[in-house]
Amino acid sequence: MNTKKTVNHPKESVIVIRDLRISFGDLHVLRGVDLDLYQGENLVVLGRSGTGKSVLIKIIAGLLEPDEGTVNVLGEDVSKLKKRELDALRLKLGFSFQNSALYDSMTVRENLEFPLIRNVRNLSRSDIDKAVEQALEDVGLSQTINQMPSQLSGGQRKRIGIARTLILKPEIMLYDEPTAGLDPITSNEINNLINEVQERHNTSSIIITHDLTCAKTVGDRIAMLLDGRFERQGTFEEVFEDSNDERAKQFYEYNFVN
Amino acid sequence: MQASTTPSKTDTTPKPVVSRRLDRMFLALSDVASFVGQFFKEVFVPPYEGKEIVRQCYEVGVRSLPLISLTGFITGIVFTNQSRPSLATFGATSWLPSLISIALVRALAPLVTALIASGRVGSNIGAELGSMRVTEQIEAMEVSGTNPFKFLVVTRVIATTFMIPVLAMFFVFLGVLGSYVNVAQNEETSFMSFIETFFSSISFLDINSTVVKALIFGFTIGIVGCYKGYNSSKGTEGVGKAANASVVTSMFLVFIEELLLLQIINAIRAS
Repeated sequence: MNTKKTVNHPKESVIVIRDLRISFGDLHVLRGVDLDLYQGENLVVLGRSGTGKSVLIKIIAGLLEPDEGTVNVLGEDVSKLKKRELDALRLKLGFSFQNSALYDSMTVRENLEFPLIRNVRNLSRSDIDKAVEQALEDVGLSQTINQMPSQLSGGQRKRIGIARTLILKPEIMLYDEPTAGLDPITSNEINNLINEVQERHNTSSIIITHDLTCAKTVGDRIAMLLDGRFERQGTFEEVFEDSNDERAKQFYEYNFVN
Repeated sequence: MQASTTPSKTDTTPKPVVSRRLDRMFLALSDVASFVGQFFKEVFVPPYEGKEIVRQCYEVGVRSLPLISLTGFITGIVFTNQSRPSLATFGATSWLPSLISIALVRALAPLVTALIASGRVGSNIGAELGSMRVTEQIEAMEVSGTNPFKFLVVTRVIATTFMIPVLAMFFVFLGVLGSYVNVAQNEETSFMSFIETFFSSISFLDINSTVVKALIFGFTIGIVGCYKGYNSSKGTEGVGKAANASVVTSMFLVFIEELLLLQIINAIRAS
């Protein structure tokens, strides 16, 4: 298994989260989350299913409203933005969904064109074609341009989903379970792609996963969500290998030992 | 999504079942009202999504044509055939075109077209949007700077509102043809004479009221399908439920609207 070579990032925060809380009915999912994402780093958020990892990035993208706390993205407080300002901020965020969320009724080309045509004015047909071809080349799937999403494999769908977010050249990438449901070889390809995206586009990323192989391969820093808070943060070794925390050990053992 | 407020710990008395059902009903009604309100808020504001509206009009209108044509033609034949014996008793078979025109234009065309559209178009919209909700496609649209309500809901409701009247008129046309085929087989009536009698029995009010009824039915089918699909719960079960609820609710509302509109149109006719 590859271990991520840690990027030495300058300590400039692109996302700052303070005392974030959200509940669904009686279920308190996030109970005072504090988190910083630094420029150019890959931050992996680990945690068991149902601990609120996906909820966290949906709050960052303004898809969910927190009960309390602040989320500051690229210097803007997400909860205070008007609809138009939030839309403008979202264009700087690339969101890769767990199920890829490709539009079923559109071809791969149309899926990639969709955000571009709707958000970038005065683009010629050749500019659009060039951008689509480049995005597909970046994820190594140029041959799928005229296919429908239903004709693609799970791994290909994930890659096209990432390509669709890259087409607007985002500053921050949010990956929701990028390797969920994929075989180990395809998972490894996706992990490498995440690292390539970081290097090539100089993006800062939050990667939500419970796959420790993914965490170790792509993470510059790991934050472990336990009981609605980030109780452990650091490099992979600091969080797991040098840890005496039973919950972290259990997580590690079930991934690598069992 | 906001977390719901937890009830006060001191308030432990359970609400009666009727009260809880009423609560739920009023909550659902307010939700529907806000959905309809959002439609009217968004429909007049750019971007107008013209290309998508045309695509949806094609989906709703052109793709429904074969079913509407077949139903209209057969309705014309069957209705004429079934009405003949009663009129023949009084030696009044020459009134067949008048009877058919009143039945088709005033009642059958908008109602049958709306019921067919509820099944074909309403279920399709409910299932499509429900599936998009479940697979996070609606959220993906939102994060890519597109207003999903405008792109998915407004365009579909506009398409159903304007295509159902067109389909209803097409239903009348095919119904007339079907009726004439039956009349021509049994009576010696020329096509021109049939058409003359057909149109002499109906007024502009009949045609206008049919168009208005079809517009209202079309809006209902579109908004119900979109509401059920757009707000479907997670999971594949939710998609099935959204499709089913779209059909059942829109058919129910179409019948209620038909009853109400009939009273209004009769009052206008009497005045």
